[in-house]
Amino acid sequence: MKEILVRFVVGGVVVSVFALLGDLLKPKSFAGLFGAAPSVALATLVLTVSKRGKEYAGLEARSMLIGAIAFFFYALVVSRLLIRRKVPVLPVTGLSMAVWFACAFGCWYAMLR
Amino acid sequence: MKVKFDTSGLGLSRWYEYVIRFVFGGTITALAGVVAERYGPEIGGLFLAFPAILPAAATLIDKHEKEKKERAGLDGTLRGRVTAGVDAAGAAMGSVGLMVFALIVWLKLANSSLSLVLLGATLAWLAASMMVWELREMLYRRIRARLHAASS
Repeated sequence: MKEILVRFVVGGVVVSVFALLGDLLKPKSFAGLFGAAPSVALATLVLTVSKRGKEYAGLEARSMLIGAIAFFFYALVVSRLLIRRKVPVLPVTGLSMAVWFACAFGCWYAMLR
Repeated sequence: MKVKFDTSGLGLSRWYEYVIRFVFGGTITALAGVVAERYGPEIGGLFLAFPAILPAAATLIDKHEKEKKERAGLDGTLRGRVTAGVDAAGAAMGSVGLMVFALIVWLKLANSSLSLVLLGATLAWLAASMMVWELREMLYRRIRARLHAASS
């Protein structure tokens, strides 16, 4: 429980710092780069290496590569739907998560399983 | 388009919006740990690149743009959605940097110090993301110039 709490606090702080940096930059397309900052990875990898070692963290990083490919397709779908179709933001960003899950787990199944 | 620092956006954010982002980020980080614990690092690692704050960020951008337009007596619904979409396009470019980050950590972590690898990978993320953004800007400038030349 203590470890989950530490992860929560460290993750919250790192994500907030990158989000704040994004708030301070213009134009919006450049600020958006910070929406894909490695904030969760930075918070997680330090804790993982100290607890499980480098080999374990390396395996996580390999899977993260697939997660990042899925992130690309997710963000692409969201941006196209918002810019071209001008649909409401919350349903689009929420429902498009299916793209991330399908892509991440599909690629993981095809490449790493 | 020139990149610049602009603090005016900070005034639009309310305290609870920072709390929302903190909770989103913290929850996803904790979740990544729980998933790795239960299903192993191969599945847990996927969540290191989970789009944790994109939905919250896009929703806040939409809200702020709408409020800005409403203060000027206009309907900002469409403007808010397009601006959030532009931010998401930036995130798509940033995800290329995220791939570079993951690749460096995967290949270099075993034989190098953790702090050095994370520092190098983070700088590589920033450099790769900025390069993709700059390439896209260059391409758009050329397209615009051609369209302008064709119309005149």
